[in-house]
Amino acid sequence: MADATMTGRNALANPRATLQDLLPKIVLAPSFAVILIFVYGFIAFTAVLSFSGSKLLPDFSTWVGFSNYVRLFNHPNWIVALKNLAIFSILYIVICSVIGLALAIFLDQKIRGEGMLRPIYLYPMALSFIVTGVAWKWFLDPGIGLEHVMQSIGWESFSFRWIKDGKMAIYTIVIAAVWQSSGFVMAMFLAGLRGVDNEIIKAAQIDGASTFVIYRRIIIPLMRPVFLSAFVVLAHLAIKSYDLVVAMTDGGPGTATWTPALFMQKFTFGRNEMGMGAASAIIMMMMIFAIIVPYLYSELGGKKK
Amino acid sequence: MLRKLLIGTMLGSALTAGYAASTYAAGGSVEVLHWWTSGGEAAALDVLKKKLESQGVTWKDMPVAGGGGEAAMTALRARVTAGDPPTAVQALGFDITDWAKQGVVGDLGEVADKEGWDKVVPTALQNFAKHDGKWIAAPVNVHSTNWVWISKKALDAAGGKVPENWDELVAVLDKMKANGITPLAHGGQAWQDATIFDAVVLSLGTDFYKASMIDNDPAALGGEKMVEAFDRMAKLKSYVDKDFSGRDWNLASAMVIEGKAGMQMMGDWAKGEFLKAGQKPGSDFVCIRFPGTQGAVTFNSDMFMMFKVGDDKKAAQLTMASDIESPDFQSSFNVVKGSVPARTDVPDTAFDDCGKKGIKDLAEANSSGKLFGSMAHGYAVPAAVKNAMYDVITRHFNGELDSKAAAAALVEAVAAAKG
Repeated sequence: MADATMTGRNALANPRATLQDLLPKIVLAPSFAVILIFVYGFIAFTAVLSFSGSKLLPDFSTWVGFSNYVRLFNHPNWIVALKNLAIFSILYIVICSVIGLALAIFLDQKIRGEGMLRPIYLYPMALSFIVTGVAWKWFLDPGIGLEHVMQSIGWESFSFRWIKDGKMAIYTIVIAAVWQSSGFVMAMFLAGLRGVDNEIIKAAQIDGASTFVIYRRIIIPLMRPVFLSAFVVLAHLAIKSYDLVVAMTDGGPGTATWTPALFMQKFTFGRNEMGMGAASAIIMMMMIFAIIVPYLYSELGGKKK
Repeated sequence: MLRKLLIGTMLGSALTAGYAASTYAAGGSVEVLHWWTSGGEAAALDVLKKKLESQGVTWKDMPVAGGGGEAAMTALRARVTAGDPPTAVQALGFDITDWAKQGVVGDLGEVADKEGWDKVVPTALQNFAKHDGKWIAAPVNVHSTNWVWISKKALDAAGGKVPENWDELVAVLDKMKANGITPLAHGGQAWQDATIFDAVVLSLGTDFYKASMIDNDPAALGGEKMVEAFDRMAKLKSYVDKDFSGRDWNLASAMVIEGKAGMQMMGDWAKGEFLKAGQKPGSDFVCIRFPGTQGAVTFNSDMFMMFKVGDDKKAAQLTMASDIESPDFQSSFNVVKGSVPARTDVPDTAFDDCGKKGIKDLAEANSSGKLFGSMAHGYAVPAAVKNAMYDVITRHFNGELDSKAAAAALVEAVAAAKG
C-alpha cells in the first residue's frame, strides 16, 4: 500500500521527489569516485607495476612478465616472511579469540564493576601498534625488562630472552599483538553474548541445563556470526602486521621476524626493487581477498534468503 | 607572464654578473632535504645554513628524520614523481648514481670546473659525485668505517699494546674477557654487522676486498678467504655480550665510554659520542684502524645531490655547492661532525688527533689506490645487492648459518639481487 502511494507520487514528477531520488547518488558520488581512483585505481597500478622492471621509480618501459613473482618466491626472506605470517596469524587469531571469549563470558556474569572493568580490557586497543611495540620491546629486553627485574629482586636463574633469540622472537610479537587485540575481541563477543535471546537461556535453565552446557550448546553456537567477524578482523590485521614488527624487532634478530608487509616496504623503498615490492603487495592483497570475499559472499548471500 | 619573464631575465643577468665578479651569491633560496636531525648533526649543518644566509640565500629546511635516510629517500621519490624536486638532497653512494640514471639531477660543472674540484676531491669519491663526466653532487665529508674505538683503561688493563694484526686483536679481546668486561661492544642491527664485516674482509687483503665487495667476483665471494672472513666474524661474535641484538650503535659506544666494554668497531661518527661524553682521544680512548687494515680506508661520504631546478633557483644552487666545497666550511663542518674533509688540501690544524690521523690515512689511501667504497654504507654495490649481502651477514652473525654455508649463500644472494 505504502509502495503504491510512493510510485504514485513519483509518477506526478514532483521535482522534490526527483531530488530526493537523486540526492543519495549525488552525496555518494564523490566518495565513490575517490574510492574508485585511490583504492581500485592504485590496486590496478600496483598490479601493473608488479609486471614491470621498476627499480627506483615506476618504470613502464621494461616489461618482465612474471619474473618478479618468480624472484619473490625464490627469495629466502619472502619464505621466512610467509612462515612467520603462518605462525603469527594462527596463534594470534586463536589466542585472541580464546582470551576474548573467556573475558567476555566472565564479564557477562552480571558482576559488579563491569563498567569499570570493560574499558580496562579495551584500553590497549586505543594505543597504536607502534606504542605497543616499543613498550613490549623494552619490557621483554633481557637487559632492562622482565629478566633484569626478576634477577634484581633475587630470582637469579630467571631467564626470558625470546626477543633476542631468532627461533623464538616471532612469538614475542604474538604476545604483544594478543595483549593489544584481546580486549577488542572481548568487546565483540560481549556484544554477541548480550544479543542472545534470554528466553532461550531461561528455557534451558528450566530444563535443568548447567551454565557450562548452556554456553557450550546454546550460546556459543548462536554466536557463529560474531566468530566470523572476529576472524575476518583479526586475519586482515595479521596479514597487514607491519608497525608492531618494526617497533619491536625491525625484522631481527637476523631476518627472523620478517613479515610480508615488512618485506614489501623494505624492497620497494629500501632496496630499490619496486617491481618485486609490488609483486609482494599483490600476493598480500590476494591473501586478504581470499579471506574477505567468502565472508562478504556469505554475509550478502545470507541476507537475500 | 611578462613579470615572470622579466624576473627571469633579471636573475639571468644577475647570474652572469655574479660570474664576472667571481661570486655566485645572487639571493634566491635553496630547499634542502636531509636527515641530519640529531643534535651534533644539526649543529654541523647549521654551519652551512649560516654561511648561505650571510650571502643572502634563504635556506628552506626539509628534514626527514630516520638514520640511514630511507624515509628521506621515500619523501624524495614523491617529490620527484610530482615533478617538484628540492634543490639539494643529502644522499649516499649508489643512490646518487640511481637518481642520476633517472635524468633528474642538475649540473654543477660551472662551479666545479672553476674551483678545480677534479684535482682536490679523491678519485673514489668522484665516481659517485660525477655522472657521465658531469658533477652532480657536492661531497660534504668522508667518513671512514674501518675504525676501532678502544677504551684506554681497558686496553691498559689488557697489556696496553695496540693490536696491529688479527692475532693480536684476539689476544687483547681474550684479556679483556678475562678482566671481566664485555670485550666488544656491538649492536645487532644488519648495518652494524655489515660495518664490521667490511673491516674483516679488508683485513684479509685489499685485492680481496675489491674482488668480493666491489667487483662481486663469485670466486672471491664464495672462496676459501670468504669462509675465513665469516670465521673471523663468528670469532668476534663470541666477544659480544648476550644482549647485543637490536642495540643502537650509540648505546654500544656508551658501553665503551662507561668502561663496561673494551672496544667498538664503528665508523668515525662514533667519535662524536666519546667527545660529547668529555673523553679525550689518546688519554681516555684510542682510535686505530681495524687491525691489518692500516693504509687502506673504506669510506662513506655524505653528499648533497643537486637536482635540476628552474633558472630562478640555479644561482642559489651553485652558491650552495661552492660553499660546501670551500676549505673553511669543510674544516669547520667536519670538526663538528667527526668526519674528515672531502678534499685533500684542507689544513688539519683544527682537528683532534683522531681527525688528523683520519685526514692523513685518507690522503695516503687515495694516492696508493687503497681507498674503497664501504659495502655496508652503500658505496660498493647498489642498494639491492647491499641488502642481499646484509641478509647473509646478519643471518650468519646470529648463528643461522655456518661459515661455509654463509659464503655459498653470499654468492647466491648477490646473483639473485643482480638478476
